[in-house]
Amino acid sequence: MTVTEQPAAEIGKDRRRKEDQRLITGRTRWTDNLTLPGMLHMSMVRSPFAHARITSIDTTEAKAAPNVVAVITGKDIAEEQGSLPNAWPITPDQVTPAHPPVAIDRATFAGEIVAVVVARSAAAARDAAELVDVDYEELPAALDLKESAEDTVLAHPDLGTNKSALWVFDSADAGTGGNVEEAIAKARQDGIVIEREYRQQRLIPAFMEPRSVVVDPTGEQITMWSATQVPHILRFLLAAVLGVSESKVRVIAPDVGGGFGGKLQTTPEEFIAMVMARRLGKPVKFTETRSESMMAAHHGRDQWQRLTLSAEKDGTVTGFKVDLLADLGSHVALIGGGVPVLGAFMYNAIYKFPSYRFQVQTVLTNKAWTDAYRGAGRPEATFAIERMMTELAVELGVDPLEIREKNWIKHEEFPFTSVAGLEYDSGNYEAATALAKEHFGYDELRAEQARRREAKDPVQLGIGVSTFTEMCGLAPSRVLGSLDYGAGGWEHASVRMLPTGKVEVLTGASAHGQGHETAFSQIVADRLGVPFEDVEVLHGDTQVTPKGLDTYGSRSLVVGGEALVRAADKVVEKAKPIAAHLLEASADDLDFAGGRFTVRGTDQGMGIGEIALATFAAHNLPDGVEPSLDSDATFDPVNFNYPHGTHLCAVEIDTETGAVKMRKYTCVDDIGNVINPLIVAGQVHGGLVQGIAQALWEEAVYDESGTLVSASFVDYLVPTAADTISFDVDHTTTPATTNTLGTKGVGEAGTIASTPAVVNAVVDAIRHFGINDIQMPCTPERVWRAIHDSGGGGGEPTTEAAAPHFDPASGNQGTADRTDGADS
Amino acid sequence: MTKIQMTVDGATVSDDVEPRMLLVHYLREKVGKTGTVIGCDTSNCGACTVHLDGRSVKSCNVLAVQADGHEVTTVEGLAKDGELHPMQAAFHECHALQCGFCTPGMIMQSIDLLNDNPKPSEDEIRLGLEGNLCRCTGYHNIVRAVQTASGQEVGS
Ligand code: FES
Ligand code: FES
Repeated sequence: MTVTEQPAAEIGKDRRRKEDQRLITGRTRWTDNLTLPGMLHMSMVRSPFAHARITSIDTTEAKAAPNVVAVITGKDIAEEQGSLPNAWPITPDQVTPAHPPVAIDRATFAGEIVAVVVARSAAAARDAAELVDVDYEELPAALDLKESAEDTVLAHPDLGTNKSALWVFDSADAGTGGNVEEAIAKARQDGIVIEREYRQQRLIPAFMEPRSVVVDPTGEQITMWSATQVPHILRFLLAAVLGVSESKVRVIAPDVGGGFGGKLQTTPEEFIAMVMARRLGKPVKFTETRSESMMAAHHGRDQWQRLTLSAEKDGTVTGFKVDLLADLGSHVALIGGGVPVLGAFMYNAIYKFPSYRFQVQTVLTNKAWTDAYRGAGRPEATFAIERMMTELAVELGVDPLEIREKNWIKHEEFPFTSVAGLEYDSGNYEAATALAKEHFGYDELRAEQARRREAKDPVQLGIGVSTFTEMCGLAPSRVLGSLDYGAGGWEHASVRMLPTGKVEVLTGASAHGQGHETAFSQIVADRLGVPFEDVEVLHGDTQVTPKGLDTYGSRSLVVGGEALVRAADKVVEKAKPIAAHLLEASADDLDFAGGRFTVRGTDQGMGIGEIALATFAAHNLPDGVEPSLDSDATFDPVNFNYPHGTHLCAVEIDTETGAVKMRKYTCVDDIGNVINPLIVAGQVHGGLVQGIAQALWEEAVYDESGTLVSASFVDYLVPTAADTISFDVDHTTTPATTNTLGTKGVGEAGTIASTPAVVNAVVDAIRHFGINDIQMPCTPERVWRAIHDSGGGGGEPTTEAAAPHFDPASGNQGTADRTDGADS
Repeated sequence: MTKIQMTVDGATVSDDVEPRMLLVHYLREKVGKTGTVIGCDTSNCGACTVHLDGRSVKSCNVLAVQADGHEVTTVEGLAKDGELHPMQAAFHECHALQCGFCTPGMIMQSIDLLNDNPKPSEDEIRLGLEGNLCRCTGYHNIVRAVQTASGQEVGS
């Protein structure tokens, strides 16, 4: 595919966003803003226990409460509610427990819905929910991931095991590389072997808009408004699971307040709202509270990684072996099992590993289910390899950038087939790294670090490196099929020239804050040569944009944007013979530029808007040409695309308190051609903070009884403006060769790269005390304890700076035998 | 039920409300000011920030009856005669919002911040916005927006 060379008026411009106007003036259409005549409200009764048999539910009092319309239990709607879908069974023999939206006789995590109250107001529903009397018989709960993998306690006793699926990739079997065991055995003889165990703590996506759903069953059609990332997928699954005709279901995702993967689930609440609205024949609304969101929307990450890296004495890596345990929670969520599998292809990152083996055991526990969270599998992979490469550098006594350079794929070696079997189309790791070093002032900061160490400064400086690539633009349908994923990865677009010369654009990639309306307008404006302001982008309503696969995996621009390019180009193609006809010229003599067809060598011409009007009037069209000027395209990518970048982070650690302070963060990403630099920088900033937050602050913590103790913003530390710094962001440009725009996805890049950069920096600051790991999140408590235990630090931590997060236990320099709350 | 009366974005409103009703629910459900939103149950996110007699408050932390006789400004009352408030314009100019859910609260808080301190340093801005969470922007551009609205030079 050729990358476009034509000069672009809009592409590359810092266009201010079209979507902002309504958002900054408070005229936004959030689902929870919606009130329909006769609308009823739902409130959920949720299990306080991680695992319990429901022995009885008494709803009498609740039913009698004022303004209550219905109170139902799982038993009451057992027939109708179906089982929530799992779209990605990663192996044919995957153990997948049935998943009723309302638990029927057993609650399997704290927060699971056991009864539903419907009332005439939200307050009445909430009040009545308190009156539902549920008797539980508490059962032993499977909470610790490692123990659960041993089937010590069963999350679902009837299944006889917690092991859901074992998925393996081996380069020797796949023919993409050698045998890793041999490489490791050889390195044990005459090379270097690094072995580590890392914890990817459980995270909460924490989108700011709580999930909300409204279902209107009145009329010919059922309409659902939902704060979802995936209106199209949701419509399909609602219809399939509930046995309603897909054409009778309309899903609207109006303005959606963030998602980060957390809103790609088809939630129990959506299914229940649908069932209740149909039963009662009235509109039904449910909006979750923040603590419900924390407890019962899906979580992310939650893995143990056991890693072995082998290298020759000069630092040339010879093999990487990855052994994961992944906590699915109590059920296999929509694509929950597939998240680690996505990561499997990324553990070799930007490096030329000759051998590689990956294995993941997915495990059921009595906790909230896990699924995609910004990056989905790839942050975990990048963390593992970037920590390991740093450890290898330390072992060899060389700079961490040097070891990367020794092993990475050189610019001239692209396209390159990785040991995991992916074909990287383009990349230039040298250029990104050189630019990042320059911005960062790498050598100066290293010199300062040496001075502080020498002077035994109580505040030590650490520098962390992370180089990354990711597979994004999910995904080639054929690849998804080969991985047993239940759907394709194409995207659909329509471009319609209206008779006024304005352009209406439909995209199946529905947005939740990424600025599609603006970026897509820029693309279409350029392709059609019309003003940016004349393009209107519609999305997020299955009635208006019936085809699509929505937004996740940094796919909107590279898959959805490419579909738009194709649809727009078809419009131009369709307009050309009409222009020729009207201009009384031969189509071969026409040029199209700047929105005008001109007859070569003359000043005769016609704007595409005029042609649109002519096709609308249809008074004088060439024979056989259909009236109206519009076109559709469905694009299925041939490959993923591979953004990359180099991130450098400096932190200051107060060795007396363990407090970690961000000093400087530089990131140079390469996402190929940039459509809107302003929007791209915004995506990067937000992504960086989410990744940094995993490194330093965030963790979903369950206590030993299985209660989520970080169930609010009091305990789950989403960073504030005061916790973060301004970033130094730049990019290099190595166009993707697999789409016309030459662009790569950017939504997840910041998050993927930043977590290891920060942890590498933290460990680097205190490595001279003999510390080689701090478990995430690197809280002051953990950092202080590591320093203290090493004998290198000061006195007791001050209460303020080292206030424990939630977890009194420590993670320090050991790698294998740490204890961490309920989770090891 | 208690009878209350207040000015919301310049208009007088009066209603009978339950004493337990929060100002944010009153604004959203009774007055129809859905520009003000709810992001948490614990007064931590700041999404619901409005001005009460010109000072920012988290409207999930105030009872509707407490606002009786007072003046409330929401994000919907900022633009005058079709002209954006300078803070709204700065948020747009600096790309200080993505999903926009935190934005009404951020804007209201930022205006109050500049009322107190017309030329804040970056650190003062960051501290001043500590009670408002944003999950999308990483705060970088929000800080730039507040600097811009205060008439200060802004880096990239
Ligand atoms: S809703 Fe008021 S602070 Fe969160
Ligand atoms: S813009 Fe989405 S939460 Fe701030």
